[in-house]
Amino acid sequence: MTGTESTSYEATFLALQEIITRLENNELPLEEALKLYEEGKKLSDQCARLLEKAQLRVNILGQPTLDMEIDQES
Amino acid sequence: MEVFDFYQTPVLTVTALSSYLRELLETDDVLRDVWVRGEISNFTQPRSGHLYFTLKDADAQIRCVMWKNAAFRLNFSPRDGQGVQVHGNMSFYANAGQAQLYVDSMQPLGEGLLYQEYLRLKNKLESEGLFDPDHKKPIPEFSRHIGIVTSATGAALQDMLNTLNRRMPLARVTVAPSLVQGAEAPASLVDALLTLNRIPDIDVILLARGGGSIEDLWAFNSEALAQAIYTSRIPIVTGVGHETDFTIADFVADLRAPTPTAAAELVTMITITDLAIGLQNARVTLADAIEEIISTRSHQLELLDAGLRRLSPIQRVNNAIQTMDILRQRLDRTMQIHLQKMNIHLENLIARLETLSPNAVLRRGFAIISDSTSGQLVSQSKQTQANQAVNVRFIDGSVPARLNPTSKE
Repeated sequence: MTGTESTSYEATFLALQEIITRLENNELPLEEALKLYEEGKKLSDQCARLLEKAQLRVNILGQPTLDMEIDQES
Repeated sequence: MEVFDFYQTPVLTVTALSSYLRELLETDDVLRDVWVRGEISNFTQPRSGHLYFTLKDADAQIRCVMWKNAAFRLNFSPRDGQGVQVHGNMSFYANAGQAQLYVDSMQPLGEGLLYQEYLRLKNKLESEGLFDPDHKKPIPEFSRHIGIVTSATGAALQDMLNTLNRRMPLARVTVAPSLVQGAEAPASLVDALLTLNRIPDIDVILLARGGGSIEDLWAFNSEALAQAIYTSRIPIVTGVGHETDFTIADFVADLRAPTPTAAAELVTMITITDLAIGLQNARVTLADAIEEIISTRSHQLELLDAGLRRLSPIQRVNNAIQTMDILRQRLDRTMQIHLQKMNIHLENLIARLETLSPNAVLRRGFAIISDSTSGQLVSQSKQTQANQAVNVRFIDGSVPARLNPTSKE
């Protein structure tokens, strides 16, 4: 169980921020800038999906791993 | 030296001795109305409802009884190990052959033995530097992997999981279940902490237990646990009991939360809501950046296009056409002026011509005579012949005529 949802969120968000930094530099050829933008949009959608479906993963040592049912608090 | 006269002393039965002792105890001014403090042990509460226990301290103990009607007024549940202060009277319980304290009221004691032990340990550990703020590790604002040491069955675990899932569901949680009360609890807690410390990527550990009496929380006052917290590689946040409970573990921990739920909040200072806001901002920035690039480029393009159009051969052709148009207009205008001049000249000529025309003479009443056959003007009499056919032209038309037969004069 390597790579948690949170690390993959962090990595994706970091990549998004890098793209933004490069775009803000504003000295790229237009075609490359558009490609970066598309990539950035894709990454941000991925981030949004990760946040949306995020669910705490709980492992109790000495017990089989289970998706703990968490009472959804209002 | 006085010699005892045994024969004059009556021999007492056990019952009589017991009665005597009982009378002594019950009539003593101190023992009749006494406050005692100590630690409860051997506590039992049979069906009868009466309470039986021993009050003790380090060096002594005394049996106690609390009758049901007095026990009924207690506002807490006495337990073994609890420090209490009791009021009652001493008497002798003949059946068991022991002096007993008959308790009519009892209060838990803050300053009980346990509490003294607690203070002693607290002072000791404090002087050893276990509470040193400089030793405390910072708690990460954002934890990817959270360790929990608590009872697997307690409500505290569920509370913490609910809070973590609500605030940071991206996180992973590893629970090391532990006993949290009783004699085995300290060792079990230490074990759980060690287990979690062996997992490399855990960012923070929650050490927690739900509320309970001070005795319930006692495991968290153990020196072994204090040392384990102090030497933990991973930062530890405690959430033990209620807001008002302070255990030794709380003092050693890198951060103390008032409750398990609060502890779960303190390890998720950055919540999923914060991430969502950050993401939204990033999306706006991304859109702004590309918009900026496009508008910069399109502005540049407009400038270039304008420059290009200025330099274009089409522009030169257009310029030539325009010049030509202007010249043509000038030409037209010049021609017209010229024509007008010529016209005027012509009209003058015509007018002058008009004055010279025979018509002008005719208008004055003269007539022109011409030979009808030859058409030649007859302007002198010597040109005439008798009977000559002539044409007489007046201003308004011609009339044929014939000259007289008589010869000329």
